[in-house]
Amino acid sequence: MDIDAVPQEGNRTLGAHRKAVYARGADGRMVIVPSRGSEMDETVTVQAIERMNGLAEAARARALAGRSAPLEYWMYAKRMDVPLLSQVTGLWQWRIRRHFRPEIYAGLSHDVLERYADALGVSIEQLGRLP
Amino acid sequence: MINEQFQHRHAAHCESGVASTLMSHHGAAMSEAMAFGLSSALSFAYLPFVKLTGFPLIAYRMPPKFILKGVAKPFRTNFRFETFRKPDEGMRRLDELLAQGKVVGLQTSVFWLPYFPEDMRFHFNAHNLLVYGKEGDDYLISDPVAEEPQRCAAADLQRARFAKGVLAPKGLLYYPETLGRTRVDADEIRKAIRRTVRIMLGPIPLIGVRGMRMLAGKVARLKADEYGLNYVGHIVRMQEEIGTGGGGFRFLYASFLQEAAEITGLTELNALAERMNEIGDGWREFGLKAVRMIKGREAFDPALLSGMLRSQADREAEFFKMLKRAVA
Repeated sequence: MDIDAVPQEGNRTLGAHRKAVYARGADGRMVIVPSRGSEMDETVTVQAIERMNGLAEAARARALAGRSAPLEYWMYAKRMDVPLLSQVTGLWQWRIRRHFRPEIYAGLSHDVLERYADALGVSIEQLGRLP
Repeated sequence: MINEQFQHRHAAHCESGVASTLMSHHGAAMSEAMAFGLSSALSFAYLPFVKLTGFPLIAYRMPPKFILKGVAKPFRTNFRFETFRKPDEGMRRLDELLAQGKVVGLQTSVFWLPYFPEDMRFHFNAHNLLVYGKEGDDYLISDPVAEEPQRCAAADLQRARFAKGVLAPKGLLYYPETLGRTRVDADEIRKAIRRTVRIMLGPIPLIGVRGMRMLAGKVARLKADEYGLNYVGHIVRMQEEIGTGGGGFRFLYASFLQEAAEITGLTELNALAERMNEIGDGWREFGLKAVRMIKGREAFDPALLSGMLRSQADREAEFFKMLKRAVA
Protein backbone atom coordinates (compact mmCIF):
# COMPACT_ATOMS: atom_id res chain seq x y z
CA MET A 1 0.00 0.00 0.00
CA ASP A 2 1.30 3.47 -0.88
CA ILE A 3 1.02 6.39 1.52
CA ASP A 4 -1.56 8.16 -0.63
CA ALA A 5 -3.68 4.98 -0.64
CA VAL A 6 -3.91 4.94 3.18
CA PRO A 7 -7.64 5.31 3.86
CA GLN A 8 -8.64 8.62 5.45
CA GLU A 9 -12.34 8.61 4.60
CA GLY A 10 -13.24 8.09 8.25
CA ASN A 11 -14.75 5.30 10.28
CA ARG A 12 -17.41 6.23 12.79
CA THR A 13 -16.62 3.24 15.01
CA LEU A 14 -13.15 4.71 15.68
CA GLY A 15 -14.58 7.91 17.18
CA ALA A 16 -11.85 10.55 17.23
CA HIS A 17 -9.11 7.91 17.24
CA ARG A 18 -6.70 7.25 14.41
CA LYS A 19 -5.09 3.89 13.95
CA ALA A 20 -1.58 3.18 12.78
CA VAL A 21 -1.08 1.44 9.46
CA TYR A 22 2.05 0.74 7.44
CA ALA A 23 2.49 2.06 3.92
CA ARG A 24 5.18 2.70 1.32
CA GLY A 25 6.56 6.23 1.01
CA ALA A 26 7.80 7.89 -2.20
CA ASP A 27 11.33 6.54 -1.59
CA GLY A 28 10.01 2.98 -1.33
CA ARG A 29 10.54 2.74 2.46
CA MET A 30 7.68 1.48 4.63
CA VAL A 31 6.56 4.02 7.24
CA ILE A 32 3.90 4.19 9.92
CA VAL A 33 0.94 6.41 9.02
CA PRO A 34 -2.06 7.37 11.20
CA SER A 35 -5.31 6.48 9.42
CA ARG A 36 -8.83 7.80 10.01
CA GLY A 37 -10.08 4.42 8.87
CA SER A 38 -12.04 3.30 5.87
CA GLU A 39 -15.42 2.10 4.78
CA MET A 40 -14.02 -1.43 4.78
CA ASP A 41 -13.13 -1.40 8.51
CA GLU A 42 -16.32 0.44 9.38
CA THR A 43 -18.56 -1.99 7.51
CA VAL A 44 -17.24 -5.10 9.21
CA THR A 45 -17.26 -3.55 12.71
CA VAL A 46 -20.78 -2.20 12.28
CA GLN A 47 -21.85 -5.59 10.95
CA ALA A 48 -20.51 -7.33 14.07
CA ILE A 49 -22.13 -4.77 16.38
CA GLU A 50 -25.48 -4.89 14.62
CA ARG A 51 -25.49 -8.65 14.83
CA MET A 52 -25.05 -8.46 18.60
CA ASN A 53 -27.57 -5.62 18.96
CA GLY A 54 -30.03 -7.74 16.99
CA LEU A 55 -29.58 -10.62 19.43
CA ALA A 56 -30.08 -8.21 22.37
CA GLU A 57 -33.25 -6.75 20.87
CA ALA A 58 -34.69 -10.21 20.21
CA ALA A 59 -33.95 -11.12 23.83
CA ARG A 60 -35.62 -7.89 24.97
CA ALA A 61 -38.75 -8.79 23.02
CA ARG A 62 -38.76 -12.24 24.61
CA ALA A 63 -38.38 -10.68 28.06
CA LEU A 64 -41.25 -8.25 27.43
CA ALA A 65 -43.41 -11.18 26.35
CA GLY A 66 -42.51 -12.93 29.59
CA ARG A 67 -40.78 -15.78 27.78
CA SER A 68 -37.28 -15.01 29.01
CA ALA A 69 -35.62 -13.33 31.98
CA PRO A 70 -33.92 -9.94 31.43
CA LEU A 71 -30.67 -11.82 32.15
CA GLU A 72 -30.62 -12.99 28.53
CA TYR A 73 -30.97 -9.42 27.31
CA TRP A 74 -28.11 -8.25 29.55
CA MET A 75 -25.86 -11.04 28.33
CA TYR A 76 -26.16 -9.90 24.69
CA ALA A 77 -26.19 -6.19 25.62
CA LYS A 78 -22.78 -6.73 27.22
CA ARG A 79 -21.59 -8.41 24.00
CA MET A 80 -21.44 -11.90 25.41
CA ASP A 81 -23.08 -15.18 24.46
CA VAL A 82 -23.84 -18.33 26.45
CA PRO A 83 -20.39 -19.99 26.01
CA LEU A 84 -18.60 -16.80 27.04
CA LEU A 85 -20.90 -16.10 30.00
CA SER A 86 -20.34 -19.69 31.06
CA GLN A 87 -16.56 -19.23 31.02
CA VAL A 88 -16.76 -15.97 32.94
CA THR A 89 -19.19 -17.14 35.63
CA GLY A 90 -18.02 -20.73 35.86
CA LEU A 91 -21.63 -21.93 35.48
CA TRP A 92 -22.53 -24.71 33.04
CA GLN A 93 -24.08 -23.56 29.77
CA TRP A 94 -27.22 -25.62 30.32
CA ARG A 95 -27.69 -24.01 33.73
CA ILE A 96 -27.44 -20.54 32.22
CA ARG A 97 -30.01 -21.42 29.57
CA ARG A 98 -32.28 -22.75 32.29
CA HIS A 99 -31.85 -19.51 34.26
CA PHE A 100 -33.30 -17.65 31.27
CA ARG A 101 -36.71 -19.10 32.20
CA PRO A 102 -38.42 -16.37 34.25
CA GLU A 103 -39.88 -18.78 36.81
CA ILE A 104 -36.44 -20.34 37.41
CA TYR A 105 -34.73 -16.95 37.49
CA ALA A 106 -37.14 -15.78 40.21
CA GLY A 107 -35.86 -18.51 42.51
CA LEU A 108 -32.11 -17.92 42.04
CA SER A 109 -29.97 -17.47 45.12
CA HIS A 110 -28.19 -14.24 45.90
CA ASP A 111 -24.91 -16.02 45.28
CA VAL A 112 -25.71 -16.98 41.70
CA LEU A 113 -27.22 -13.57 40.94
CA GLU A 114 -24.04 -11.97 42.20
CA ARG A 115 -21.96 -14.07 39.83
CA TYR A 116 -24.03 -12.87 36.89
CA ALA A 117 -23.98 -9.26 38.08
CA ASP A 118 -20.18 -9.35 38.48
CA ALA A 119 -19.61 -10.92 35.09
CA LEU A 120 -21.83 -8.40 33.31
CA GLY A 121 -20.78 -5.33 35.30
CA VAL A 122 -24.31 -4.41 36.45
CA SER A 123 -26.03 -4.48 39.86
CA ILE A 124 -28.28 -7.39 40.90
CA GLU A 125 -31.19 -4.99 40.85
CA GLN A 126 -30.50 -3.89 37.25
CA LEU A 127 -30.11 -7.49 36.22
CA GLY A 128 -33.72 -8.21 37.19
CA ARG A 129 -35.27 -5.70 34.79
CA LEU A 130 -34.88 -4.28 31.32
CA PRO A 131 -33.28 -0.85 30.99
CA MET B 1 4.65 9.46 40.32
CA ILE B 2 5.44 9.65 36.65
CA ASN B 3 8.31 8.19 34.74
CA GLU B 4 9.67 11.31 33.03
CA GLN B 5 11.95 9.56 30.56
CA PHE B 6 9.19 7.46 29.15
CA GLN B 7 8.06 8.18 25.59
CA HIS B 8 4.74 7.00 24.24
CA ARG B 9 4.69 5.63 20.69
CA HIS B 10 1.79 4.90 18.38
CA ALA B 11 1.79 1.38 16.94
CA ALA B 12 -0.34 -0.81 14.73
CA HIS B 13 -0.47 -3.78 17.04
CA CYS B 14 -0.63 -3.84 20.83
CA GLU B 15 1.95 -6.51 21.62
CA SER B 16 4.65 -5.49 19.13
CA GLY B 17 4.01 -1.88 20.18
CA VAL B 18 4.44 -2.66 23.87
CA ALA B 19 7.50 -4.84 23.23
CA SER B 20 9.33 -2.27 21.08
CA THR B 21 8.46 0.66 23.38
CA LEU B 22 9.58 -1.25 26.49
CA MET B 23 12.84 -2.42 24.91
CA SER B 24 13.56 1.08 23.60
CA HIS B 25 12.87 2.48 27.07
CA HIS B 26 15.50 0.09 28.43
CA GLY B 27 18.15 1.20 25.95
CA ALA B 28 17.64 -1.14 22.99
CA ALA B 29 16.15 1.25 20.42
CA MET B 30 13.80 -0.77 18.27
CA SER B 31 10.95 -0.18 15.85
CA GLU B 32 7.63 -1.95 16.10
CA ALA B 33 8.36 -3.76 12.83
CA MET B 34 11.67 -5.07 14.24
CA ALA B 35 9.93 -6.37 17.39
CA PHE B 36 7.35 -8.09 15.20
CA GLY B 37 9.82 -9.66 12.77
CA LEU B 38 12.49 -10.53 15.30
CA SER B 39 9.98 -12.51 17.36
CA SER B 40 8.75 -14.36 14.22
CA ALA B 41 5.23 -13.20 14.99
CA LEU B 42 3.88 -13.34 11.43
CA SER B 43 1.62 -16.30 10.88
CA PHE B 44 -1.77 -17.48 9.81
CA ALA B 45 -4.04 -19.69 11.88
CA TYR B 46 -7.56 -20.93 11.31
CA LEU B 47 -8.91 -22.67 14.41
CA PRO B 48 -12.51 -23.76 13.77
CA PHE B 49 -12.88 -25.35 17.21
CA VAL B 50 -12.11 -22.11 19.08
CA LYS B 51 -15.20 -19.92 18.81
CA LEU B 52 -15.39 -16.17 19.30
CA THR B 53 -19.08 -15.23 19.61
CA GLY B 54 -19.97 -18.00 17.21
CA PHE B 55 -17.12 -17.60 14.69
CA PRO B 56 -13.83 -19.46 14.47
CA LEU B 57 -10.56 -17.97 15.58
CA ILE B 58 -8.69 -16.58 12.56
CA ALA B 59 -5.35 -14.99 13.34
CA TYR B 60 -2.64 -13.48 11.17
CA ARG B 61 0.00 -13.71 13.90
CA MET B 62 1.32 -16.03 16.61
CA PRO B 63 -0.48 -16.33 19.97
CA PRO B 64 -0.27 -13.74 22.81
CA LYS B 65 3.07 -13.39 24.68
CA PHE B 66 4.94 -14.78 21.66
CA ILE B 67 6.33 -11.34 20.74
CA LEU B 68 7.38 -10.45 24.30
CA LYS B 69 9.20 -13.75 24.70
CA GLY B 70 10.62 -13.48 21.18
CA VAL B 71 12.24 -10.06 21.63
CA ALA B 72 13.74 -10.92 25.01
CA LYS B 73 16.08 -13.65 23.81
CA PRO B 74 18.13 -11.75 21.20
CA PHE B 75 18.85 -9.10 23.86
CA ARG B 76 19.91 -11.68 26.43
CA THR B 77 17.15 -10.81 28.84
CA ASN B 78 13.89 -12.20 30.16
CA PHE B 79 10.54 -10.73 30.96
CA ARG B 80 9.34 -11.16 34.50
CA PHE B 81 5.71 -12.24 34.27
CA GLU B 82 3.56 -12.04 37.40
CA THR B 83 -0.07 -13.08 37.81
CA PHE B 84 -2.28 -12.71 40.87
CA ARG B 85 -5.01 -14.63 42.54
CA LYS B 86 -6.53 -11.57 44.22
CA PRO B 87 -7.22 -8.31 42.38
CA ASP B 88 -6.10 -6.07 45.25
CA GLU B 89 -2.74 -7.87 45.39
CA GLY B 90 -2.31 -7.24 41.67
CA MET B 91 -3.06 -3.55 42.06
CA ARG B 92 -0.74 -3.24 45.07
CA ARG B 93 2.12 -4.85 43.15
CA LEU B 94 1.54 -2.51 40.22
CA ASP B 95 1.76 0.53 42.55
CA GLU B 96 4.91 -0.87 44.12
CA LEU B 97 6.63 -1.27 40.73
CA LEU B 98 5.54 2.21 39.62
CA ALA B 99 6.97 3.63 42.86
CA GLN B 100 10.30 2.01 41.92
CA GLY B 101 10.17 3.99 38.67
CA LYS B 102 9.42 1.00 36.46
CA VAL B 103 7.32 1.07 33.33
CA VAL B 104 5.01 -1.92 33.59
CA GLY B 105 3.28 -3.93 30.88
CA LEU B 106 -0.23 -5.27 31.51
CA GLN B 107 -2.55 -7.75 29.85
CA THR B 108 -6.12 -6.45 29.86
CA SER B 109 -9.57 -6.95 28.41
CA VAL B 110 -10.51 -4.33 25.83
CA PHE B 111 -14.15 -4.41 26.92
CA TRP B 112 -13.51 -2.76 30.30
CA LEU B 113 -11.16 0.02 29.16
CA PRO B 114 -13.25 3.21 29.19
CA TYR B 115 -10.99 5.18 26.84
CA PHE B 116 -11.62 2.73 23.99
CA PRO B 117 -14.29 3.83 21.51
CA GLU B 118 -17.59 2.21 22.47
CA ASP B 119 -17.90 0.32 19.18
CA MET B 120 -14.44 -1.21 19.54
CA ARG B 121 -15.07 -2.69 22.96
CA PHE B 122 -15.32 -6.44 22.54
CA HIS B 123 -14.46 -9.21 24.98
CA PHE B 124 -10.87 -9.67 23.90
CA ASN B 125 -8.70 -10.51 26.88
CA ALA B 126 -5.19 -10.26 25.45
CA HIS B 127 -4.80 -6.53 24.94
CA ASN B 128 -1.39 -5.20 26.00
CA LEU B 129 -0.65 -1.75 27.32
CA LEU B 130 1.98 0.03 29.42
CA VAL B 131 1.54 1.95 32.67
CA TYR B 132 4.14 4.67 33.26
CA GLY B 133 2.73 6.49 36.27
CA LYS B 134 -0.13 7.30 38.58
CA GLU B 135 -1.77 10.60 39.46
CA GLY B 136 -4.34 10.49 42.24
CA ASP B 137 -6.66 7.63 41.35
CA ASP B 138 -5.74 7.65 37.67
CA TYR B 139 -3.15 5.44 36.03
CA LEU B 140 -1.19 6.99 33.17
CA ILE B 141 -1.37 4.62 30.27
CA SER B 142 0.60 4.24 27.11
CA ASP B 143 -1.71 2.17 24.92
CA PRO B 144 0.20 1.45 21.72
CA VAL B 145 -2.88 1.51 19.53
CA ALA B 146 -3.82 5.03 20.73
CA GLU B 147 -2.10 8.07 19.26
CA GLU B 148 -1.79 9.87 22.61
CA PRO B 149 -1.23 8.64 26.18
CA GLN B 150 -4.43 7.81 28.04
CA ARG B 151 -5.70 7.78 31.62
CA CYS B 152 -7.68 5.09 33.36
CA ALA B 153 -9.30 5.08 36.81
CA ALA B 154 -8.06 2.37 39.20
CA ALA B 155 -11.42 0.54 39.43
CA ASP B 156 -11.72 0.28 35.62
CA LEU B 157 -8.15 -0.87 35.20
CA GLN B 158 -8.68 -3.52 37.88
CA ARG B 159 -11.74 -4.87 36.03
CA ALA B 160 -9.81 -4.95 32.75
CA ARG B 161 -6.89 -6.80 34.37
CA PHE B 162 -9.03 -9.38 36.09
CA ALA B 163 -11.57 -10.13 33.37
CA LYS B 164 -12.36 -13.82 33.05
CA GLY B 165 -12.90 -16.17 30.12
CA VAL B 166 -10.64 -17.25 27.24
CA LEU B 167 -7.06 -15.97 27.73
CA ALA B 168 -8.01 -14.51 31.12
CA PRO B 169 -5.16 -12.14 32.07
CA LYS B 170 -5.27 -12.97 35.81
CA GLY B 171 -3.81 -9.55 36.45
CA LEU B 172 -0.71 -10.34 34.39
CA LEU B 173 1.99 -7.68 34.60
CA TYR B 174 5.49 -7.78 33.15
CA TYR B 175 8.73 -5.89 32.80
CA PRO B 176 12.15 -6.85 31.41
CA GLU B 177 15.17 -7.70 33.52
CA THR B 178 18.52 -6.06 32.74
CA LEU B 179 19.35 -6.31 29.05
CA GLY B 180 22.47 -8.31 28.18
CA ARG B 181 22.98 -6.35 24.97
CA THR B 182 21.31 -3.43 23.23
CA ARG B 183 21.91 -4.20 19.55
CA VAL B 184 20.54 -7.00 17.48
CA ASP B 185 22.93 -8.92 15.24
CA ALA B 186 22.41 -10.22 11.73
CA ASP B 187 22.41 -13.85 12.86
CA GLU B 188 19.43 -13.35 15.15
CA ILE B 189 17.50 -11.78 12.29
CA ARG B 190 18.27 -14.61 9.91
CA LYS B 191 17.22 -17.08 12.59
CA ALA B 192 13.94 -15.23 13.14
CA ILE B 193 13.16 -15.21 9.41
CA ARG B 194 13.89 -18.93 9.12
CA ARG B 195 11.50 -19.56 11.99
CA THR B 196 8.74 -17.61 10.22
CA VAL B 197 9.36 -19.64 7.05
CA ARG B 198 8.99 -22.84 9.07
CA ILE B 199 5.71 -21.63 10.59
CA MET B 200 4.24 -20.52 7.28
CA LEU B 201 5.27 -23.62 5.32
CA GLY B 202 4.79 -26.06 8.20
CA PRO B 203 2.94 -29.35 8.11
CA ILE B 204 -0.04 -28.57 10.39
CA PRO B 205 -3.14 -28.19 8.22
CA LEU B 206 -4.57 -25.27 10.23
CA ILE B 207 -1.44 -23.13 10.39
CA GLY B 208 0.39 -21.05 7.78
CA VAL B 209 -0.28 -21.46 4.08
CA ARG B 210 -2.15 -24.71 4.71
CA GLY B 211 -4.45 -22.89 7.13
CA MET B 212 -5.30 -20.37 4.40
CA ARG B 213 -6.23 -23.21 2.04
CA MET B 214 -8.37 -24.79 4.76
CA LEU B 215 -10.18 -21.50 5.32
CA ALA B 216 -10.64 -21.10 1.55
CA GLY B 217 -12.32 -24.52 1.54
CA LYS B 218 -14.63 -23.46 4.35
CA VAL B 219 -15.55 -20.19 2.58
CA ALA B 220 -16.36 -22.11 -0.62
CA ARG B 221 -18.91 -24.15 1.35
CA LEU B 222 -20.65 -21.10 2.87
CA LYS B 223 -24.26 -20.63 1.87
CA ALA B 224 -25.29 -17.28 0.44
CA ASP B 225 -27.15 -16.21 3.59
CA GLU B 226 -26.84 -13.87 6.57
CA TYR B 227 -24.50 -16.25 8.41
CA GLY B 228 -22.24 -16.48 5.35
CA LEU B 229 -22.02 -12.69 5.11
CA ASN B 230 -21.26 -12.40 8.82
CA TYR B 231 -18.61 -15.09 8.43
CA VAL B 232 -16.68 -13.27 5.71
CA GLY B 233 -17.15 -10.00 7.63
CA HIS B 234 -15.52 -11.71 10.60
CA ILE B 235 -12.50 -12.71 8.48
CA VAL B 236 -12.05 -9.14 7.26
CA ARG B 237 -12.41 -7.80 10.81
CA MET B 238 -9.64 -10.08 12.06
CA GLN B 239 -7.50 -9.00 9.11
CA GLU B 240 -8.01 -5.23 9.05
CA GLU B 241 -9.75 -3.99 12.14
CA ILE B 242 -7.94 -5.77 14.95
CA GLY B 243 -4.73 -3.68 14.98
CA THR B 244 -2.78 -5.39 12.22
CA GLY B 245 -1.38 -2.31 10.48
CA GLY B 246 -3.34 -3.31 7.38
CA GLY B 247 -3.37 -6.44 5.25
CA GLY B 248 -3.22 -8.84 8.21
CA PHE B 249 0.27 -7.68 9.37
CA ARG B 250 1.75 -8.16 5.88
CA PHE B 251 2.70 -4.46 5.51
CA LEU B 252 4.27 -4.51 8.97
CA TYR B 253 6.35 -7.52 7.96
CA ALA B 254 7.42 -5.77 4.74
CA SER B 255 8.72 -2.95 6.92
CA PHE B 256 10.68 -5.46 9.00
CA LEU B 257 12.21 -7.02 5.87
CA GLN B 258 13.53 -3.62 4.79
CA GLU B 259 15.20 -3.11 8.17
CA ALA B 260 16.49 -6.67 8.03
CA ALA B 261 18.07 -6.01 4.60
CA GLU B 262 20.08 -3.14 6.10
CA ILE B 263 21.31 -5.02 9.14
CA THR B 264 22.13 -8.30 7.42
CA GLY B 265 23.38 -6.78 4.16
CA LEU B 266 21.16 -9.22 2.25
CA THR B 267 19.89 -6.83 -0.42
CA GLU B 268 17.53 -9.48 -1.78
CA LEU B 269 15.34 -8.84 1.25
CA ASN B 270 14.46 -5.41 -0.20
CA ALA B 271 12.93 -7.03 -3.27
CA LEU B 272 11.13 -9.53 -1.04
CA ALA B 273 9.77 -6.65 1.09
CA GLU B 274 8.25 -5.28 -2.10
CA ARG B 275 6.60 -8.62 -2.83
CA MET B 276 5.26 -8.83 0.72
CA ASN B 277 3.78 -5.39 0.16
CA GLU B 278 1.98 -6.70 -2.94
CA ILE B 279 0.70 -9.67 -0.96
CA GLY B 280 -0.65 -7.22 1.64
CA ASP B 281 -2.44 -5.40 -1.19
CA GLY B 282 -3.92 -8.77 -2.20
CA TRP B 283 -5.37 -9.19 1.30
CA ARG B 284 -6.85 -5.71 1.11
CA GLU B 285 -8.42 -6.51 -2.26
CA PHE B 286 -9.99 -9.58 -0.68
CA GLY B 287 -11.34 -7.36 2.14
CA LEU B 288 -12.72 -4.75 -0.27
CA LYS B 289 -14.43 -7.43 -2.37
CA ALA B 290 -16.01 -9.01 0.73
CA VAL B 291 -17.23 -5.61 1.92
CA ARG B 292 -18.84 -4.85 -1.46
CA MET B 293 -20.79 -8.07 -1.05
CA ILE B 294 -21.74 -7.26 2.56
CA LYS B 295 -22.95 -3.84 1.42
CA GLY B 296 -25.02 -5.50 -1.30
CA ARG B 297 -23.27 -3.71 -4.17
CA GLU B 298 -22.33 -7.08 -5.57
CA ALA B 299 -24.01 -10.46 -5.27
CA PHE B 300 -22.54 -12.60 -2.48
CA ASP B 301 -20.29 -15.09 -4.21
CA PRO B 302 -18.51 -17.42 -1.73
CA ALA B 303 -16.73 -19.26 -4.57
CA LEU B 304 -15.14 -16.05 -5.80
CA LEU B 305 -13.92 -15.10 -2.30
CA SER B 306 -12.64 -18.61 -1.77
CA GLY B 307 -10.67 -18.33 -5.01
CA MET B 308 -9.10 -15.08 -3.81
CA LEU B 309 -8.02 -16.77 -0.57
CA ARG B 310 -6.55 -19.66 -2.51
CA SER B 311 -4.55 -17.33 -4.71
CA GLN B 312 -3.27 -15.52 -1.58
CA ALA B 313 -2.18 -18.92 -0.25
CA ASP B 314 -0.35 -19.67 -3.53
CA ARG B 315 1.40 -16.30 -3.48
CA GLU B 316 2.48 -16.72 0.13
CA ALA B 317 3.69 -20.30 -0.49
CA GLU B 318 5.88 -19.05 -3.31
CA PHE B 319 7.00 -16.03 -1.30
CA PHE B 320 8.16 -18.02 1.73
CA LYS B 321 10.08 -20.46 -0.46
CA MET B 322 11.97 -17.49 -1.91
CA LEU B 323 12.49 -16.05 1.57
CA LYS B 324 13.88 -19.39 2.70
CA ARG B 325 16.48 -19.35 -0.08
CA ALA B 326 17.37 -15.71 0.69
CA VAL B 327 18.36 -16.45 4.30
CA ALA B 328 19.71 -19.97 3.80
